[in-house]
Amino acid sequence: MPAEPTAPQPMFDTDELVINMGPQHPATHGVLRVVLKLDGEKVIDADVVIGYLHRGVEKLSEHRDYNQIVMLTDRLDYCASAAANLVYCEAVEKLLSLEVPRRARYLRTVLAELQRIASHLVWVGSHAMDIGAVTVFLYALRERELVLDLFEEFCGARMTYNAMRVGGLPQDIPPGWDKRVLAFCAVMDEKIAEYETLLTHNRIWLDRTRGVGVISGREAVAIGLSGPPLRASGVRRDVRKDEPYAAYSEFEFDVPLGANGDTYDRYLVRIEEFWQSTRIIRQAIEGLPEGPVLAKVPRMIKPPAGETYHANESPKGEIGFFIVSDGTSTRPYRCRVRPPSFCNLQALPRLVRGHLVADVVAVIGTIDIVLGEVDR
Amino acid sequence: MGEQLAFYALSALILGCAVIVITAPSAVYAILFLVLDFLFVAGLYVVLHAQFVAVIQVLVYAGGIVILYLFVVMLVNLKRPPEAQRDRRRRSRLGVALSAVVLVEFAAIALYGYVAPEAGPAGGGLSFSNVERVGWLLYTDYLVPFELASMLLLVAMIGAIVLARREL
Amino acid sequence: MIDLIVIPLLQIVFVLTGVLIVVMYLVLLERKIQAWVQVRFGPMRVGPHGILQPVADVLKLFVKEDITPVKADKWIYTAAPIIVLVPALIAFAVIPFGSSVSLFGKKISLAIADVNVGLLYIVAVASLGVYGIILGGWSSNSKYPLLASLRASAQLVSYEVAVTLTFVSVILSAGTLSMVGIVNAQYNSGVWFLFVQPVAFVIYMIGGLAETNRSPFDLPEAESELVGGFHTEYSGMRFALFFLAEYTNMIIVSSVATTLFFGGWLPPFPNLKALAFLYYVPSWIWFTLKTFLILYLFLWIRATLPRYRYDQLMRVGWKVLIPLALANIVVTGVVKVLLGR
Repeated sequence: MPAEPTAPQPMFDTDELVINMGPQHPATHGVLRVVLKLDGEKVIDADVVIGYLHRGVEKLSEHRDYNQIVMLTDRLDYCASAAANLVYCEAVEKLLSLEVPRRARYLRTVLAELQRIASHLVWVGSHAMDIGAVTVFLYALRERELVLDLFEEFCGARMTYNAMRVGGLPQDIPPGWDKRVLAFCAVMDEKIAEYETLLTHNRIWLDRTRGVGVISGREAVAIGLSGPPLRASGVRRDVRKDEPYAAYSEFEFDVPLGANGDTYDRYLVRIEEFWQSTRIIRQAIEGLPEGPVLAKVPRMIKPPAGETYHANESPKGEIGFFIVSDGTSTRPYRCRVRPPSFCNLQALPRLVRGHLVADVVAVIGTIDIVLGEVDR
Repeated sequence: MGEQLAFYALSALILGCAVIVITAPSAVYAILFLVLDFLFVAGLYVVLHAQFVAVIQVLVYAGGIVILYLFVVMLVNLKRPPEAQRDRRRRSRLGVALSAVVLVEFAAIALYGYVAPEAGPAGGGLSFSNVERVGWLLYTDYLVPFELASMLLLVAMIGAIVLARREL
Repeated sequence: MIDLIVIPLLQIVFVLTGVLIVVMYLVLLERKIQAWVQVRFGPMRVGPHGILQPVADVLKLFVKEDITPVKADKWIYTAAPIIVLVPALIAFAVIPFGSSVSLFGKKISLAIADVNVGLLYIVAVASLGVYGIILGGWSSNSKYPLLASLRASAQLVSYEVAVTLTFVSVILSAGTLSMVGIVNAQYNSGVWFLFVQPVAFVIYMIGGLAETNRSPFDLPEAESELVGGFHTEYSGMRFALFFLAEYTNMIIVSSVATTLFFGGWLPPFPNLKALAFLYYVPSWIWFTLKTFLILYLFLWIRATLPRYRYDQLMRVGWKVLIPLALANIVVTGVVKVLLGR
């Protein structure tokens, strides 16, 4: 035991120090507030405070027609709007027991995978930037521009797409769009290799991410993680494989798994998902069938009474919609979102405990959250 | 002539800074004037043609040791503990006694211990031999004290690390 | 009289003005180079291609409101940036920018003062710069800048050890501490010390990055730090001085690297008769060219690499660089004894 100093009380108690990170902070990816309890440099506990971006999406959707709600789902995960569009439309189609035309299902898959690439690009850029490699952010956004151009051609918007309707897609793809998508996939493959050169075997990157924010598979399942954080801990769960939706059952692709459940593994899993996404897009475009893109849907959508839960694999994790219809109205009785970011964020205190302050930023980046989804 | 002027000027500055060090209101000010003091002492070494020692004085003393003083002062709240002696007279009596002892020591050294400085070694002022000379001396005539001093520093370092290590 | 006072004064004025202008444009250069690496343009508006951007920056910093925190120690709050800048500037006194020029019939050396302990002088002066950082954090009278400044100064002090040890191996190869002497030693041996001491060069570059708080060792001033590090409370001209000091330090580190490892003002292969035509290029141009190449390396590294965490930073300094530097000294010494020189 070191001798107790008899000097007067030191200026800094080496007991707990409580500091506040955010809601305005360059590294919290939005309006997230984390209250950290520190012992010197080590984090003892982290308290996450959310709600700064709550807009009442679920309540608003009780006062909107089923097709109008698609516009609201855009604004959940605004880095990957089409993913939320898709899962919502499919949930309503499940309620209606509606069959979506094959062409629409293929195109929906293409849009969802393009969205996965776009979301992962934002993730890799901001994660690398938080850890200090600023250049990767600029490169990633350069590629994201290409995706946004494709979406703009298709539905007219760069961010909140409103790209799907109950029953299919609002319009067919413009001529030549499919060729441009294939060209984009070729470019993307080159660029992913570039990001990997910059980061994957970089000594400093390895030091900053290996062993940081480790969570075991069992704990991950217990907390309710989903998506890449879950898969990086070794749990094989991907909604695209386990409960296929859109046209995923017709394509071949692998689901990357990690071994250690640390930040580096989550990085590797998401990078591998880039490769798999371009693979799926190529298969979908090359096998694109002819046909209508919208099923015969009544103008006023009035599903029969009942409730359903439908989940998809959004870029951030498992996104689900639970919709209750009372059978008499064109508006849902209840529309509840299961946001992947919200559930994944619960793991933050568990992940940062015992690490240093500089790691908190790395962990927030690796969980990959979007506050729009967390707060709804 | 120039050397004498420099010597007196530097000495005045050194003594002045030393007085400020003792009488400064805040500990940080005292330390800053101590640094200034050491820089002037380095100047004195330069006047004595000992450039190597001058630079080492700045490097080690002003640029190393006093930084540690600064760390300590900043991290520890230097307030007077309540049981400190408040009696001013006792402090000045102690001060006078100590100064008398020091004066007696100076007188003893001046009268009995004073040895005329030998003429500097041949070529002692040559610039290139300054560092070399110190090196030679350290590693031949004064090897044992040098090694002992480094042992002492090593022990101090290890002791500090052991004390600061937290038992987790 | 002229030799003693006027010429050195002219040299000093020249060097100081030159350095300050170069520092201003170095800031612009950094923004431009980072931008080009990141597929964008950087400052383009002020002047053609942003050439006048430094002027705009200086003007802005001059006219900013002068804020002093309420409980801050006024004197030290103002003095801290100066204490950081002054050592960086006076270190230029011993840097040999070239061999010599003839002006008005007089031969003027391009090193302001060729002190026989030149290299040690630079190390000593660099160690004084740490005070400004500590005082800057402390005088802001706020917990987080103080902690950040103590960490930054601990980082500086640790890497100073590694850097000084690399200097020892260079001194062993050169046989002298004087900067001009080291360049002359490279002339005599006919090869730059880069090839004689490659390990020392690598350690020196890494140490130099850490000494100047540059990426990847810039955690003390990054935004991942919860506040802006030791210069959080500083704004306006005082902040400008901190900023200037950082870039001046970068130039010092590069100049020293040029002198120690790249032959200073010497052209490549200085002793080769076949390349004697290279001597037509003035010596200070060679020096400037090499210094800028090393500065470019600094900027390039910043644009590319992620940032080290503080404990990893200290680990690299103490557990990797210092043992390596010590081993380098031992090997250099052994080789010298074996070769009988």
